[in-house]
Amino acid sequence: MTEFADDPQTFRAQIRAWLERHCPPEMRSPAHGEDDICWGGRRWTFRSDAQRQWLNAAAAEGLTVPGWPRAYGGAGMSSAQVQVFDDEMERIGARSPLESFGIWMLGPALLKFGTDEQKRRYLPPIARGEIRWCQGYSEPDAGSDLVALRTRAEDRGDRYVVNGQKIWTSYADQADWIFCLVRTDATAPKHRGLSFVVFDMHTPGVTTRPIKLISGKSPFCETFFENVEVPKANLIGAENGGWTVAKYLLTQEREMIAGRARGLHDGRPLWQVVQELAGDAKGRIVDPILRDRVARAEIDALALTATIERYVEDAAHGHEIGDRSSILKYCNAELNQRRQTLILEASGADGLRWDFVRSDGGEVAPAWLRAKANSIEGGTAEVMLNIVAKRLLDLPAE
Amino acid sequence: MLAYTDDEVMLARSADDFLARFASTKHLRRLRDGRDDTGFDRGVWHEMARLGYAGVLVDEAHGGSAFGHVGAGLLCASFGRHLSTSPFLSSAVLGATALRSALASAQRCWLPRIAEGEAIVALAVDEGRRHAPASTALSAERSGEVHVLRGEKTLVVDGHVADAFVVLARTSGRPGDAAGLSLFLVEADRPGVSVRRQDMIDSRNAARVTFDGVRVATDTAIGPVDGAGPIIDDVLDAGRIALAAELVGIAREAFERTVTYLKRRRQFGHAIGSFQALQHRAAQLHGQIELAQSTVVKAARLRDLGDPRAALFASVAKAKAGDAAERATDEAVQMHGGIGMTDELDVGLYLKRARVAGTLLGDRHLHADRVATLLGF
Repeated sequence: MTEFADDPQTFRAQIRAWLERHCPPEMRSPAHGEDDICWGGRRWTFRSDAQRQWLNAAAAEGLTVPGWPRAYGGAGMSSAQVQVFDDEMERIGARSPLESFGIWMLGPALLKFGTDEQKRRYLPPIARGEIRWCQGYSEPDAGSDLVALRTRAEDRGDRYVVNGQKIWTSYADQADWIFCLVRTDATAPKHRGLSFVVFDMHTPGVTTRPIKLISGKSPFCETFFENVEVPKANLIGAENGGWTVAKYLLTQEREMIAGRARGLHDGRPLWQVVQELAGDAKGRIVDPILRDRVARAEIDALALTATIERYVEDAAHGHEIGDRSSILKYCNAELNQRRQTLILEASGADGLRWDFVRSDGGEVAPAWLRAKANSIEGGTAEVMLNIVAKRLLDLPAE
Repeated sequence: MLAYTDDEVMLARSADDFLARFASTKHLRRLRDGRDDTGFDRGVWHEMARLGYAGVLVDEAHGGSAFGHVGAGLLCASFGRHLSTSPFLSSAVLGATALRSALASAQRCWLPRIAEGEAIVALAVDEGRRHAPASTALSAERSGEVHVLRGEKTLVVDGHVADAFVVLARTSGRPGDAAGLSLFLVEADRPGVSVRRQDMIDSRNAARVTFDGVRVATDTAIGPVDGAGPIIDDVLDAGRIALAAELVGIAREAFERTVTYLKRRRQFGHAIGSFQALQHRAAQLHGQIELAQSTVVKAARLRDLGDPRAALFASVAKAKAGDAAERATDEAVQMHGGIGMTDELDVGLYLKRARVAGTLLGDRHLHADRVATLLGF
């Protein structure tokens, strides 16, 4: 592994040189939606040689997760160094070598709550893109009211036996392992009886069924557990202490959804996309109302980016993002929905055809439909506002 | 880059303490109700100058404190929170920034006096109902070694107490042309200058200033004659960032007072802040104020660093902060209910100042248009 220098200027030069050498030219453009991202996993088939080379090169240096400790597959960078790394990636338009729920959600939770053995076992395969994780939180009767979940894990000495059903399990049909919130004490008050467990999706008794969505795609599944045996060593955090882990993980998820997971975002500014669809020869968006709405969306996009930058800097100075991630998540969902709607409108009747693609290869109607989930997944817009009202503004419960 | 340094945090704290004691809404009401001739407290302004506020954008060689735009923005946010009146925007931001492009002799003459709070130099830009520098019609015709100014300016902030004006004039072309503009430094006591104070809804200073054949030496031009466009943009952007910072201060203060009221006011047997309809609006507003604040810090920081994106972010900040302040003060009135409509409550003062500060140097619609133009669509 490369020894990176402490001196900021040398460090930046090293990162720049490393990227220049190792990031294949094909990977220096934003991914077009979730299908174009490298997710990794046992069953992963690379979309191109470039995608494989980029993952392998980055993983060898710990640069799929630059902020994680080296012992667990990361590069051990400080948050200031990660910022430099991100800047340099952005400078050449490099897409992320690997995205996954393991990186965004489970990893941070394990780093905070896992035992050293658990960290050594689970983190490096995440960093190398060898194991793909999914998240078992929501259930048919436990959506926004997550603590109402009923999947139960019975104590059988050295293991639990899990029975129940999860829903909206993203990519469960392609995942290798699941991190899961289960009820270990049915008699305790709602959130006190929950535990956080992880297990292999190949364990007997686990089945998944994809759900077809309005976009025509099936990123989510129903997941069923029938007498699934889970060793107790797979418990993360304390028994009946799962809500603490789950809440922390949700904040991480919201931060990521809000913009830190670059790979999820089609990196092109909205105005460029609309300009190609509805601009005149000089590039002016002719319809003044469309132009005005795009301008306002750009203002909000720049404002949100600056806010993320400000919060991340705060975090580097010891002021954690915490519940402020709900602001980011709420604004990001609203903004992306506005963006996709504007692109759809700028496409006119063409945008209403399933097979229409933008000149840069991006989808229109499916992206618009996909964005509808932004204000539902990972906590609805309404739940985000509840969190802001209660935890940040300290407004009273009724 | 967006986090504040320790020095900046200290500056903001001391400004808050000082303004709460000497330049608060209570003082604004006293000036308003007493129909004060000056419109601010000169003693307090001198004290602010002594603390380095008046010289924030004046370099140390000319006696300034050179805190820069981030520092200026922090002060403006405090002015917004307390609704402090002073010639800060007109003289310390707009006047001082314009003069930095003047001849060395003019800088030596005016900048130290601005920094000491001894002179007020106001910017005279607008002529019509809307901020539109390119529409400038006030003419400056060359006659030998002098220029003769004819025309009228409106909404000149602190115009009736100014010792000099930086006047945007047309030296060629016709109203609507972006080219052909020049800036002149005109002392207020020159023959032909007449000033009429305007009575504004925010109880702050503004004036209509008429230039009736005012003769000024050609070397009073700031920047090139006929080519002052870039300097004007630069000066206006300095003012826009300052106003945006003030607007975020206004939005925060109005919002915090409203949240406090939501917790205290009881109806139907509950604190009204427990009702989800109000909680969600408050939460959305909080997010918008956070976003607006980030744009202001970003704009100020980019300007201090000399980054070319500062112009774009000046407009982003002015638009976003204007939006946030409008929403925050509208909601402040609505959520306070009947009492929000009374003059007795300060909320109305915030509402009115937000409207004026939001309009000065271009409202959010103008700046959305400028963002589109600067980005290239």
